[in-house]
Amino acid sequence: MNKVVNDFSITVGTVNGSGSSTANNTILRALFKMGIPVSGKNLFPSNIQGLPTWYTIRVNKDGFIARRDEQEVVVAMNANSFARDLASVSSGGAFFYADDIKQPITRTDVVVYPMPVKEIVRKDPNVPSDFRDLVGNMVYVGVLATILGIDIDKIQAALSFHFKGKQKPIDMNFNTVKAAAEWAKANLEKKDPFYLEPMNKTDGLIMADGNTAAAIGSIFGGVQFAAWYPITPASSLAESLNDYLPQLRKRDDGKHTYAVIQAEDELAAIGMAIGAGWSGLRAMTSTSGPGLSLMTEFSGLAYYAEVPIVVWDVQRIGPSTGLPTRTSQGDLTFVNFIGHGDTQQVILLPGDVNECFEFGWRAFDIAEHLQTPVFVLSDLDMGMNQWMSKPFQYPNTPMDRGKVLWEKDLEELKGNWARYLDKDGDGVPYRTLPGNKHPASAYFTRGTGHDEQARYTEEAPIWHRMMERLKKKYETAKKFVPAPVLYRMNGATAGIIAFGSTEAAVLEARHQLANEHNIKADFLRVRALPFGNEVGEFIKKYDQVFVVEMNRDGQLDQLLKIEYPEFATRFKSVAFGDGMPASAKWVREGILAKYEETSVKIKANGAKPASKSAKEAQTKKRIGAKARATSKSKSSKGKK
Amino acid sequence: MTETLPMAGANAQINLAGLAKNDYRGNPSTLCQGCGHNSISNQIISALYEMNVVPEDVVKFSGIGCSSKSPTYFLNRSFGFNGLHGRMPSVATGALFGDHRIKGIGISGDGDTASIGMGQFKHIVRRNVNMVYIVENNGVYGLTKGQFSATAEVGLQLKKQGTNQYMPVDICMEALASNATFVARSFAGNPKQVKELIKAALAHDGIAVLDIISPCVTFNNQSNAFHSYTWGKDHEEPLHDITYVAPRNEIILEEEMKEGEIREVSMHDGSIVILKNLEKSYDPTNRFEALRVMEEAQRNNWLVTGLLYVDTSKPSLLETYNLVDTPLNRLTQADLRPAPDMMEKVNALMF
Repeated sequence: MNKVVNDFSITVGTVNGSGSSTANNTILRALFKMGIPVSGKNLFPSNIQGLPTWYTIRVNKDGFIARRDEQEVVVAMNANSFARDLASVSSGGAFFYADDIKQPITRTDVVVYPMPVKEIVRKDPNVPSDFRDLVGNMVYVGVLATILGIDIDKIQAALSFHFKGKQKPIDMNFNTVKAAAEWAKANLEKKDPFYLEPMNKTDGLIMADGNTAAAIGSIFGGVQFAAWYPITPASSLAESLNDYLPQLRKRDDGKHTYAVIQAEDELAAIGMAIGAGWSGLRAMTSTSGPGLSLMTEFSGLAYYAEVPIVVWDVQRIGPSTGLPTRTSQGDLTFVNFIGHGDTQQVILLPGDVNECFEFGWRAFDIAEHLQTPVFVLSDLDMGMNQWMSKPFQYPNTPMDRGKVLWEKDLEELKGNWARYLDKDGDGVPYRTLPGNKHPASAYFTRGTGHDEQARYTEEAPIWHRMMERLKKKYETAKKFVPAPVLYRMNGATAGIIAFGSTEAAVLEARHQLANEHNIKADFLRVRALPFGNEVGEFIKKYDQVFVVEMNRDGQLDQLLKIEYPEFATRFKSVAFGDGMPASAKWVREGILAKYEETSVKIKANGAKPASKSAKEAQTKKRIGAKARATSKSKSSKGKK
Repeated sequence: MTETLPMAGANAQINLAGLAKNDYRGNPSTLCQGCGHNSISNQIISALYEMNVVPEDVVKFSGIGCSSKSPTYFLNRSFGFNGLHGRMPSVATGALFGDHRIKGIGISGDGDTASIGMGQFKHIVRRNVNMVYIVENNGVYGLTKGQFSATAEVGLQLKKQGTNQYMPVDICMEALASNATFVARSFAGNPKQVKELIKAALAHDGIAVLDIISPCVTFNNQSNAFHSYTWGKDHEEPLHDITYVAPRNEIILEEEMKEGEIREVSMHDGSIVILKNLEKSYDPTNRFEALRVMEEAQRNNWLVTGLLYVDTSKPSLLETYNLVDTPLNRLTQADLRPAPDMMEKVNALMF
C-alpha cells in the first residue's frame, strides 16, 4: 500500500451545538503547527443545537488549500448523518465512528475504525457528567492523532490557545485526547494509507479568520464609530471590534476614542454610521445580504450627499433569507449599483484574511479621500473560517483624512468655500465638520437636489452638473483603489479573472489545467471596483478570458461586459453557486466546458485564432473533445 | 471665532453671545402661509437667541416631510442634515458622537415619527440621545397632499381620503413608554409656552421629546379636527405656566405664588424650569402621574399641554460612552492608530 502523506481531506460529521468546533479547530491548529499547509471549513446549519454539521479539513503539502469534494478520512459522531457520512468516504478511505451508533457498515472498500467514545469519557473521573458530551469530541482528536499521526504536543498547544491558557478546561480536554490516543495505540491496527508528517511550510504564518482580521484592520485604520445589527455571518466582525478595541486603543486616562453601538436594525446601523461619518468620524457598519438590502436607501443617500463610511458585507447566499450559513459572492452587482437612480459605488474585494486586515484600514482612507461609501465584500468562508495567513502588516501609509477644512483653513479662505464645489478638478469637493466654530463653516446636507453651496435647488443644469461631477469622482476612485493581483504563467494563452475567496480554488485549477490539459492561463484577481487600467490591459492580451465566481448569474462577468463592451465576446462566465466554498474541480470543469465552445466558435466564424502553433491548436481540440465527454456539453453546432 | 455676520438695520439687540436675532434666522420659509411649523421655527430662533446659544454649537436634523423642511428656516449658521423619511434618529445618534459639545435639534413630523419612523423614534428615546426632538404634529401628510397620518384621530374626514378608521398614535405616550427622560406637549397657537418648553428641552441633557400640535392650514384645519387652530384653542388644557430660568440668573417670579402651586425642576446645566400649576398640583417627575394625565385627557378629549415628564437623573447616551475630552472628530492619527509595536502583539495573539 502506497503511503499518502499530507495530501488528503478529513471531514467530521457531528451534532450542531455539541462542542465539536473546539475539537475541529484543535485538529486544524495542530496540523498548522506541524507545518503542514491546511485549511478548515465549517459547513454548519442555521441552527443552535441539534442539526447535523460538518467540518472539513484539507492538508496539502503543495499548499493547495481549497475545499475538495473528495473525503479520504471521515469521522461520524452523529447517528442522524451516519449513513450519509459513510457513503461520503472516498473508496480506499478511512471511516471512524462512535461505536454507540448501532448502524450497519455497508461498505467494504473503506477501512473502518470504531471508537468507544462514551466509554473513554466515562472512565475519566475528572470529567463531570454534564461535560461528557462536549469532551467526547476530544476522543476522535486522540484517535486521529494516533492513526494519522498528529503531534500530541501541538494538540496541547492548540487547546491552550483555545481556552486562553485556562488550565482546567485545557487539562480536561487534553486528558481525553491522551486517553483516546492511548486506547487507539492499544486497540486499533492501522490499515489505511493516510499519514500526517511534520513539514516547515507554515513557518512565519499566522492563523486567523477574516472577520477578526477585518476588525483589527479597522482598528489600525482608526475606526471611531461602528454601528451594527446581528446577522450571520457578519456578527463576529463587530464582536471582534468589541474584543480588540479596549486592548488596542487603551489610554492612560481610561477614556474612549471610539463607540460601538448595536443598533435596532440595519437601517439604523447604517444611518448611525452615516451620521458619524458626516460628523468626521471614521465610521463603519458590517452586515450580510439581507441587512444590505435594508441599507439600500441609506447607501444612495451617502453616495449623493457624499458621506464617507465603510460597509463590510460578509456575503452569504441569497436571494432572500437564502442559506444563512452558506457562502456566496452573490452581492456584487447589487452593491455596485446599490441605491435608486444613477449610483456607482466603490467596492473593495479582499481575497484572503490578510487582505481583510489591509482593507480594514485602507477602506477608511479611500472613503474619506473620496467622500463616498466604500463597500468591502468578504464572504462567509473567508470571514468565519480559520485560514493560514501572512502576519498582518502595519499600515505603510499615514491616514488620509481627505479634504477637511477647519477653523484656520476657513480663516485663510476668508470663509470663501463651497461644500460641493469641484475646486481641484478631481470631482472631490471640500467639507467641514460639525463642531467647527467658524461662522462660515456650516452647510446643510440633504439627499435632495443641491447646488455647489449645498442649497436646495431643482434647476436642471445644476442637477446634471452635480451628477457629472460624481461620475468624475468615480473616475478618480480608479487611482485610489487596490490594484489587481496578477499571477503569470509562461506560455499562457488564456486569461482567468476572479475575486475574493475563490483564489485558492482558481490557483489549484489553473495548476491542474496546465499540467493535465495543457491549458496555460494567466490569472488576474481583481480587488476593487471601479476597475483600474490593469484590468483592461489584461483582457486585451487573450482571446478568451474566463470569469470565475460563486454566484448563479456571473455578476463579475456582467460588470466586465459593461465596462469593456469592446471585449464582451472574450468573456466566458464560469459561475456557480450552491453555498459551498469553491473547489478546484468546479473551476477546472467550468473552464474546460467553456474552453471547447470558444475554440469551436472561433473556427466556425472563420475568425483567426490568436497566434498559436498548429500543435497547440491540435491539443486544444483534443482537450475540447475530452471536456465535452466529461461535462456533457450539448454544443455540437458549428463543428466541421 | 464667534464673530458676528453683518446685520440688517441699526440698533439690533445683541445677546450675551454677542449675536443679534438675525444671526439665528434661516432662509425664508417655503411652507404655506399660516402653517404652524413657521411659528415653531420662530420660537426656536427666539429660544436660542434668548439662551445665548452660539449657532455653531447646534446641529439640526430632520427626516422627510413639511416639518423636515423647516430646519432650513432657522439657524443658517448651524450645520444641518436633512436625511431620510423616518430615519432622522439614527443619523442624529451617529452625528452627535462627532463632537460631544454640540447640541442636536431634530425636527420631525407625525408621519416621519409615528408612521415610517416609529421604530427609530422609540430607539432614540430609549438610548437617551442628547437632543431636542420636536414633532410638528398635524395629523396629516402635507407634502404629498393630504393623506392621513398615524396621529390622525379616528373618524377624521379628509377631502380625498374619506374617513380615518384607525386609532391614533399618541407620541407623548409612546415616548414615555420607551422611557423618555423629557416629554412635553404644546400647541403652535401658544407661542410663549412653545418657546419656554424649547428652552427647557435645550437645557435637558438627554432626549427631550416635544410634541407640538401644529395645524396644517391647507389639508387639516377644519374647526372640529383635533389638529386645528380652532379646536386647539378651545380644548387646550395647560397643566401649568412654564418659565425657563437660565443658570446663575436670579430667580425673579413675576408675581407672588401660593405655596404648593409652584414646582421647580433643576436641569443639568444649573438652569431651572419653573412650573406654575394652574388648577391642581401636578408633579412632572412622576411617570405614573404623567401617564394618568394623558389617559385622562384622551378620555375627556382635552389637549393637555405643558411639561408632562422630566427625569434629570439618567445619563445621556454620550455620557455612557466615557469619551475623551477632545471631540472625537478632532482626534488625529496619534490618537487613533495603535503604535507599530502593537502589530507584533496582535500577530502573536493570532494562532
